[in-house]
Amino acid sequence: MNIEAVLQWIRGPGLSLSLGIFIFGILLKLLEIFLLGRRKNLAAVRSSGVAAGFRTIFSRSLPPEGNILRRPPFVFIFGYAFHIGLFVVILFLAPHIQVAQSLLGLSWPSLPTPVVDVFAVIALIALMALLWYRLTSPLMKYLTTAQDYLVWALTFIPLLSGYMAYHHLLLPYTWLLAIHIASVELLLVLFPFTKLTHAFTLFISRWYTGMMAGQKGVQS
Amino acid sequence: MSKATLERGINALKEQIDAPTAAFFSSCVHCGLCAQACLFYTETCDPAKTPIHKLEPMRRLWEQEYTLGGRIRKWLGLAKPVTDGELARWSELVYQNCTLCGRCSMVCPVGNDITYMIRKMREGLSAAGHAPDGLIGATTRAVKLGSPMGVTLKALKAQAKHVKEDSGLDIPFDVEGAEYMVLLSSMEVINYPEYLQAIARIFDQTGKTWTISSQAFEATNSGIQIGTSDIAAELVQRVVDAAEKLKVQTVISPECGHAYTAIRWEGPNLIGRPFTFKVQHILEVLDELREQGLLRVEGVEDSRLTFHDPCQLVRRGGVIDPPRNLIKMVVDDFVEMKDHGKMNWCCGAGGGVSAIEEAAEIRLKAFNRKKKQLAKLKVDGLVTACANCRIQIEEGLEENDMDMPVIGLTEMLANHLVEEDTGGGTSS
Repeated sequence: MNIEAVLQWIRGPGLSLSLGIFIFGILLKLLEIFLLGRRKNLAAVRSSGVAAGFRTIFSRSLPPEGNILRRPPFVFIFGYAFHIGLFVVILFLAPHIQVAQSLLGLSWPSLPTPVVDVFAVIALIALMALLWYRLTSPLMKYLTTAQDYLVWALTFIPLLSGYMAYHHLLLPYTWLLAIHIASVELLLVLFPFTKLTHAFTLFISRWYTGMMAGQKGVQS
Repeated sequence: MSKATLERGINALKEQIDAPTAAFFSSCVHCGLCAQACLFYTETCDPAKTPIHKLEPMRRLWEQEYTLGGRIRKWLGLAKPVTDGELARWSELVYQNCTLCGRCSMVCPVGNDITYMIRKMREGLSAAGHAPDGLIGATTRAVKLGSPMGVTLKALKAQAKHVKEDSGLDIPFDVEGAEYMVLLSSMEVINYPEYLQAIARIFDQTGKTWTISSQAFEATNSGIQIGTSDIAAELVQRVVDAAEKLKVQTVISPECGHAYTAIRWEGPNLIGRPFTFKVQHILEVLDELREQGLLRVEGVEDSRLTFHDPCQLVRRGGVIDPPRNLIKMVVDDFVEMKDHGKMNWCCGAGGGVSAIEEAAEIRLKAFNRKKKQLAKLKVDGLVTACANCRIQIEEGLEENDMDMPVIGLTEMLANHLVEEDTGGGTSS
């Protein structure tokens, strides 16, 4: 079996399979959450909490009130750097938009590749910094589980292999592309069953927290 | 209460797990930021005190029972079951090292309301028999005697007599059709009887009718602190029955943080129906009277003062502006702590912590956070609106050789009432 055939499988059935598992897993996750339900609040509320809920969905993407530097700035700086870098790379690299177009029929303008490249480097450095923090801070060492490292690797490998493929580093391009797409597929398959689900569920969490606080008259 | 067992604990926890809980556990990425928001972590640097870690047994139970992946792992024998010993170990983290202050819930980047879950976790621990003795005692006294500190109606009547002697004002008991029904915390009856007199004088000046029910005058609710909803419901029901019997319009929660959460926000949910009367914190009532121009004061405090926000009033209760509006009526030199209002730091003794003997050391350590805040301000005194915060702060200041009066806000306002309007007229 040559690498061309492997790449073909990865781009065809492999992609369909992993996307299928991903979509099934995310829907299952949402069902697992919403089917549990929630008791109606019988207290006389100060407001419906709807506006507060939506505000919290947005506001928790910002640093907490004015004191970023009094908290460990490390997590904030590299946390933002990683997420922004990752989003730019996923959404604005021309080949990624082509994939989206072939899968969904949707297209949008891309950013120049050298620009995306900078964001990829930022994301990679930030991920390594966050790993270093996990490995060295007593607090983080205590909280970190095996899954945290797994999820780190699942995110890091697609970024790194994509970067290497683009720059034709170390391995032949076809190999790197195969590794890149395969690692993305692995990420998709494990996504719904790990803490990676936060990418979806954080909106639900922020909604509930913001709404419940809003009913009491507090913007959380 | 039937016998506490692991099985009952697990069942109680399962009953507590709802959609928000599942969303919260699904969203946590172990970033550690909640630790930095928790005074039990910041004052000890013990990673076990990270708020989300206090929920680890409950998280595993959720995963094993309510997710497909977790169920498969459990079926394959790969999941670590929650044990009785584990719950026993977690008791210290959940009861002694958390005041349910809610600060972690404000900073979590994925938006988890961690405090909401700790409240739930306590239901499981108490059903499993791992609630601390101090809270069990307080709860038992609350059920049997009507007060967690064993304060009887007789003791309250004795205080009422003192008020009459001091101010000439009657404390009205069981007056049907009064506008307000006043609740008190045992701590106020015993340690801060000035509150009762302040209320009497303020209502006298403003011409409002009020009463205290001899059936239900206790505002605190040990049931929600220990995490036993049926007991919490029973304690709420007493107040509801009294308020409905006396046909009052509004029940007033006293200067106590968790009492407000208990009756205002949890109360209707505990008894399973909306209230037929309004519930307000005393500061909300006073602020309304201020707005209506009925609360008339004279003179100002000549010292530099700050305000300590009781967590359950601000962050968990939404009473943020009233204390500030009221303080500014009688204080010229009012300064805020850097983190105040909904981002205040807890005193270190809320959520039942003050009732737990074994927590005496840790709560004074937690107080260091407040100490640092106060040291930066250079104030002459501190105003607050919770008897529990007040006693903790007084003890903490004493322990740290800091000489600073701690004043109840209602009492401070009463000291500034326009004199000729008070009925008794003999007050100092």
